[in-house]
Amino acid sequence: MIEMDWIWGLIGGLIIGCGGAVYLLGNGRIMGASGIIGGLVDGSGRSNWIERVCFVAALLIAPAVLILFTGVPGETNVTDNYALIVIGGLLVGVGTRIGGGCTSGHGVCGISRLSPRGIVSTLIYIFAGAVMVAALRAMTGAL
Amino acid sequence: MRNMFAILSGALFGIGLYLADMTNTVKVQGYLDFFGNWDPTLAFVMGGAILPMAVAWVLTRNRKPVIGGEFPAPAPAKFDRKLIIGAILFGMGWGLVGLCPGPAVASLSFGGVAGLVFLVAMLAGMLIAPKVSPLLDSKG
Repeated sequence: MIEMDWIWGLIGGLIIGCGGAVYLLGNGRIMGASGIIGGLVDGSGRSNWIERVCFVAALLIAPAVLILFTGVPGETNVTDNYALIVIGGLLVGVGTRIGGGCTSGHGVCGISRLSPRGIVSTLIYIFAGAVMVAALRAMTGAL
Repeated sequence: MRNMFAILSGALFGIGLYLADMTNTVKVQGYLDFFGNWDPTLAFVMGGAILPMAVAWVLTRNRKPVIGGEFPAPAPAKFDRKLIIGAILFGMGWGLVGLCPGPAVASLSFGGVAGLVFLVAMLAGMLIAPKVSPLLDSKG
């Protein structure tokens, strides 16, 4: 049984991949969210900061405009436990920069190139994420 | 020109994430919930995204980027401590909250205070990463 969510996932994924293809073929760069954002934060991306700001601004504004047109409100369902939010944010920030990439850079761009580092990184962060979700489930009984 | 490509790329990325519902932490944590009520949507998103990217990588052969320069060379298959520990830390944070860097930005317009707090914490993590990173350098 194929669910509608999976179809939308596939469509959204194809669009994400096209975004990565534009950045690669156009600018010769890998569309990795953590690398593009991190370079702005720690100053390592100073030489092409305008390009990075353009990317991040479009990433933020495009979904907002889409919601404006469709009228379908977005929902994140983020936990209301702020300690968890802060710890999670810190871990994502530190981890992606130390590990050299996230779901877009190591995942989408790396796997599609059959990059050994991208594949290994993706297997590890999915495993680590699954362990944390299992731990959350064990501690709270639900998500 | 390069800024136009960046805007187009970021917009496609954001719209794709939203349509695929990857800005919804329930969907992401549902994918990571292998031992519970597993939701495979994220696998469809990954598969869908990898298709055009794989074509793009093929198209890079014997070509140059539109704006000039070179395409990024493949990284050698070196699995150092940074790659492994970084991926573990990232995965832990990703599992705890259900957001990774792309969706954290893409959902900012509708993520409320919680989304903003996550983004600020993530940026703080990115700021301290260059200080933590050298500690992992020795003996790889």
